Amino acid sequence: MSGLVKGSVAVVGAAESDLGQVASGSSPLDLMAQATIRALDDCGLTLKDVDGLFVAATQVRMGPMALAEYLRIKPKYFDGTIIGGSSFMSHVAHAQAAIQLGLCEVAVIAYGSTQRSVSRAAASPREFNPYESPYRPILPISAYAMAAARHMHQYGTTREQLAEVAVAARKWALLNPKAWEKEPLTIEQVLNARMVSYPFTVRDCCLVVDGGGAIVLTTPARAKSLKKKPVYVLGVGESLSHANISSLPDFTVSAASESGPIAFKRAGLKPNEVNMLSLYDAFTITPILFLEDLGYCPKGEGGRFVADGAIAPGGKLAVNTSGGGLSYCHPGMYGLLVMIEAIRQVRGECGARQVPQCDIALAHGNGGVLSSQCTVIFGSENTI
Amino acid sequence: MIDLTKESPLGVYSQYLKNGQLAYQFCTDDNSVCFYPRAFAPSTGSPNLEWRVSKGLGTVYTTTVVHYKGEAPLNVAMIDVDEGFRMMSRVEDIDPMAVKIGMRVQFKVHPGNEKQAPYPIFTPIGDIK
Repeated sequence: MSGLVKGSVAVVGAAESDLGQVASGSSPLDLMAQATIRALDDCGLTLKDVDGLFVAATQVRMGPMALAEYLRIKPKYFDGTIIGGSSFMSHVAHAQAAIQLGLCEVAVIAYGSTQRSVSRAAASPREFNPYESPYRPILPISAYAMAAARHMHQYGTTREQLAEVAVAARKWALLNPKAWEKEPLTIEQVLNARMVSYPFTVRDCCLVVDGGGAIVLTTPARAKSLKKKPVYVLGVGESLSHANISSLPDFTVSAASESGPIAFKRAGLKPNEVNMLSLYDAFTITPILFLEDLGYCPKGEGGRFVADGAIAPGGKLAVNTSGGGLSYCHPGMYGLLVMIEAIRQVRGECGARQVPQCDIALAHGNGGVLSSQCTVIFGSENTI
Repeated sequence: MIDLTKESPLGVYSQYLKNGQLAYQFCTDDNSVCFYPRAFAPSTGSPNLEWRVSKGLGTVYTTTVVHYKGEAPLNVAMIDVDEGFRMMSRVEDIDPMAVKIGMRVQFKVHPGNEKQAPYPIFTPIGDIK
C-alpha cells in the first residue's frame, strides 16, 4: 500500500452549527464546538472517541489548540493547515493519511466564523502587500473580478452567463430550509444590483454570514458500527498555484486543473461518473472555472455550459444543491459546508433538493484569490 | 548576495521609484525575469538577481473597477510589462471603465502621500494591441 487509498476512510458524522446571524458575544469557538457536538451526535460517537483534530479559522489563529482546550480533547494527531476556503478539503487529505497510518482513528474537522456579527474587516484582516495594497483592490473580490473580466475577453463569456450561476444557486436555496436567502432572484436583478468590482455586482458575490461546521472521519471498520451509513473518501487532490493574484500566470485557469485529475485518479473515476458537484462559489466566475478545470466542459465553455438553467434544479447537472455560498451560507472559509452538502447528497438526506441515486459526489474547495484548490470525491457503499 | 541587515529588496525597489524608475530583477542563473522584488530568485533559489530598469511600457492583461461608498470609481488593473513581468497597478488619465484589456500603457510614478510611499501607475499611450 502506498499513498492515499480509495475508501480507506469514511465520513461518519456531518453537521452545521447555527447559521446566519448569531447572538452578540457568540464566538467562532462556540460555533465550532456546537458543530462538533452535533457531528458526533450524528454518528453516535463522543468527545472521548476523538483522537484527531483539524481546525482552521481566520479568527482563531491557533485553531487546534483552541478547540482542544474548549472541548478538553487531547488529540494524538492535529493539523491547523490554513489555505483559505479549501483548508478543510486539505484536512480531509491529511486526516486520511493520518488514519491510514494509524496515527489517529477518529478525526474531527471543524470551522467557525462570526464574520457577519463582527464585520469582514475584523474577522479576516488582509495582510499589507506593498506591491498591491496601494491600488486598493477590494480583496478577494477584485481578484476574482479580474479573472472574470479576462474570461469574458478571452472566451466571450457574458455578465448574463455569470448571473445564471447566482440565479441557479438561488433556485436551489429555495429548496433548502437552512438557506439564508428566501426570495427568488432574476438575471436582471443580479445585473442591476449594486456594482462592487466590475463585472461583479453584490449578487455575483457570496454571502457574508456567521456559521460553522464539523465532520467526523474514521476507519471503514469502525464506520460500519455507527448510526449513519458511511460516506467513503474515494479520492482527494490538493494544489497551490500562488498567494497573490498578480502571480497567477493565466487568470482563466485555476489549479483545480491539477487537484481534480489527482482526485479522479485516486478514485478511479471519470468526471461523468459523478452524480452531483459541490463547487466553491465565492463568486459567480468560480463554478464556471471549476466546471472547465475539473473536466465538465472545454476551457472557455463554462459560461455557455451554465446558460439556460443548466445547473439549476431540473438542469443537466446538479451543482451546489444547498444554494451555495451565493445563497445558502458563506461564513468566510466555506469549504467545510461545501463538503457537508456533498456528504448529505450521498446519504440521501437532502429532501426536496435530493439528487436521485446520488452515489458519487464531488466537493471542490477554493482558497485565497484562486490560490489553493482541493478536490474531494465522496462515494456511497455501492462505490467501494 | 543581499545582506538583509543592510538593505531590502523593497528598499532598493523604492529607491528606484523615488528616482522615477520602475525596477525589476533578472536572474542571471537561468535568464528569467523576477517581479515582485525578492532576496532570492524563484525556481533557481539563486542570489544572483540583477536589478534592471524597465522602459515602462506594457499592456493591460485584465482590469476591474472598484466602487467604494462615497468615492469615485477606481481602476485596478494587471499590467504585462514588456520586459516580461506582470504587476498590479492602476491606469489613470482615463475613465476607469474605458480601460480595456489589450490597451497599451506607459508607466509613471504616483507621488503618494504622508501615509503612502510613491508607487507605479500607468497611463494610456494610444493604439490597442
